[in-house]
Amino acid sequence: MSLVGRSLDRRAKRFVAWNEERIGAARGIKWAMRYVFPDHWSFLLGEVALYSFIVLVITGIFLALFYIPSDHMVTYHGSYAPLQGFRMSEAYQSVVHISLEVPAGLLFRQTHHWAADIFNASILLHLTRVLFTGAYRKPRDLNWMIGLTMLTLGILEGFAGYSLVDDLLSGMGLVIAYAVSMSIPLIGGQLSILLWKGAYPGASVFFPRLEILHVFLIPALLAVLITLHLGMIMRQHHSQFPGRGRRERNVVGTPMWPAYALRSVGLLLAVAGVEFLLGGLIQINPIWQWGPYHVYLSENGAQPDWYIGWLIGALRLMPNFEPRIDGFTIFPNPFWGGAAFPGFVFAVMYLWPWAQRKLTHDYRPHHLLHRPRDRPVHSAIAAAFLSWVLIVFMVGATDRVFFRLDISYQDEIRFWRGGVWLFPIIVFLVTLWVCRWLQRHDPHPLRGWDGQVVEPVQISDPLQDREQQAAGTHAPPAGG
Amino acid sequence: MRSLLARWRRPSRLPRKPRLLLAVALGLGASIMWLLTPAAPAKRLDRVHQPAAVARITQGPFAPGPGSATVPTVSSPALIALGRTLFDQRCASCHGLHLQGRKGVAPSLIGVGAGPVHFYLSTGRMPLANYHAEPLRESPAFDPRRIRALVAYVRHAGGGPASPTAHPARGSLALGFQVFDSHCAGCHQIVARGGMTVGALVPNLQQATPQQIAEAVRMGPYLMPRFDSRDINQHALDSLARYILWTRHPSNRGGWGIYNIGPIPEGLVTFFMGLMALVIVARLIGERTE
Repeated sequence: MSLVGRSLDRRAKRFVAWNEERIGAARGIKWAMRYVFPDHWSFLLGEVALYSFIVLVITGIFLALFYIPSDHMVTYHGSYAPLQGFRMSEAYQSVVHISLEVPAGLLFRQTHHWAADIFNASILLHLTRVLFTGAYRKPRDLNWMIGLTMLTLGILEGFAGYSLVDDLLSGMGLVIAYAVSMSIPLIGGQLSILLWKGAYPGASVFFPRLEILHVFLIPALLAVLITLHLGMIMRQHHSQFPGRGRRERNVVGTPMWPAYALRSVGLLLAVAGVEFLLGGLIQINPIWQWGPYHVYLSENGAQPDWYIGWLIGALRLMPNFEPRIDGFTIFPNPFWGGAAFPGFVFAVMYLWPWAQRKLTHDYRPHHLLHRPRDRPVHSAIAAAFLSWVLIVFMVGATDRVFFRLDISYQDEIRFWRGGVWLFPIIVFLVTLWVCRWLQRHDPHPLRGWDGQVVEPVQISDPLQDREQQAAGTHAPPAGG
Repeated sequence: MRSLLARWRRPSRLPRKPRLLLAVALGLGASIMWLLTPAAPAKRLDRVHQPAAVARITQGPFAPGPGSATVPTVSSPALIALGRTLFDQRCASCHGLHLQGRKGVAPSLIGVGAGPVHFYLSTGRMPLANYHAEPLRESPAFDPRRIRALVAYVRHAGGGPASPTAHPARGSLALGFQVFDSHCAGCHQIVARGGMTVGALVPNLQQATPQQIAEAVRMGPYLMPRFDSRDINQHALDSLARYILWTRHPSNRGGWGIYNIGPIPEGLVTFFMGLMALVIVARLIGERTE
């Protein structure tokens, strides 16, 4: 052990002793320090989201000090020449002020926005990893649902965040949100009036409501769910890939102290570093260029942030279908793309673990992951489903394709109305073929382990232990 | 020297897989970024014919209102003669030998004046290879002297007002932004990057000159509505030109402007720069088992 390592070790021991003398926490801390993380880079994707959340909270607190959630109209007399004399809401003016006059305001605003985009993107990547490796299976299905709930909240949080600004893009986004909420059968009208307190653009209370949602309610919920998510991981232990020395009932990997904690801190610094670099070097949502929102204004090519893009794609792709009964429109068109589509996608994801159990008749708990190729049909279904959503997402950018490649917008929409069903079938078949090809060309189990086995943790399963005691056997259960 | 070479040849510190990932991501990102660049595509030959757009030009442009700035048409017998020759060779097949136009193909040029002729020729939109196509900005087919000659000839033969123009220096940037925001951004995008409407591509305006801006506003080329001096007076027009020239280099205070078209490039940067960089970091510090 190096000199630095020894000094760290001594400090850690002193830290434990300090705690023990005051709150008697040595046992808990020692348990946490010995917690073993299985080694695989893809297990760090969720941590990217966690650390983005931390960056979001820190930058968000800074922004909240200057933001004014008010639709009170004022005349601009700030430092930005093209906006001189514009009538605008105080909300928009305060964000222009943050961007152009508050020291480091623009850095914090842009970092906040980039961190939000990366937060949702890393959750999605983490979700994909969990889906393809089967990490969502019992007993982690509950945690899978918590994760999905966090993604839903992350999307809502992001939308609320950029809607607070009251610039041209956020106004154009809010009016679509209003139309979608109006389109929900039976309750839509009441719901929209409840949220906006009247017809669009709503009453003065709307921005304060949105702000509380954005800076308090959703972040607090996210914090609670993150705690639950991590707490459940600690309790259930990480799942791990199969390999030499790795079984269903142990965890092989790197302990929290002195290795993994430092690695994780490194990742925290990298996440903060990348996000602040983006915030300082690449412009995001230059609201002074978009100008303030008024209901009579719009601009060409307006788009939502990427995590709302799939809904715009769905709204564009949906044919003109509005069932009527006796002259009354039961399902207004925005309902399909804006509410039914995301509802269906999330419902499928929430029910995925249950459906997997039903379809495979596999009700056992699983602590060992499978690699995507080990379950070709499962991987193919997952890939086809995700590609279905991805195509809908891409359709949100068809106007840019028209502009750049001159493929007629109407033709593109017509093509994808068929393609959105055809391509997932192709993806299904290709994934199946690739998985089987990989299986043939790569012996199983494939992951050689050349590291040191550090303190394998025995996972106690009270039910199974009792059964084994009753049966008088101590044979380990079958792996895989 | 040898050590330098050795260092050059030494494999990168990034392991092979992340390097591959990085290369794929950069390639994918670059090609998608290319999709977003503002350059207008080459002349299309199969654009759906828009009879309404052709028909409207035959109404002729608005006569310049009081206080309107115009560009005097340079004219001389020699220039008019050159213009007639060029017109007969390159324009008359559609617009007719007497500027009378052809029904369903090209509008009459009688009475249109200098503005539309200068606009269509100096932006390279005319001559059009296929009259079904939407005229789009290209490098002009004629040099400035020949364009002057054609303008002089059409105005001499068909009559009509002089070219409108704008003086950006007399305008106000803030008023220009307001006028653009309420009249133009719905199609041209708020930073004048262009986009699409049903049946037409909307050009970006970073190459437009003040005179071309004024001509387009007063004439309304293709699907664009036209605005007379009651809609947009001369001061507003000067301001509009000032704002449009400003969009060539808008205030990108936050760093690289990524084309100033909003969230699509932002999403690409999120995935192909931000998240990709973090995945590579995760790969480097997380993978210890292969």
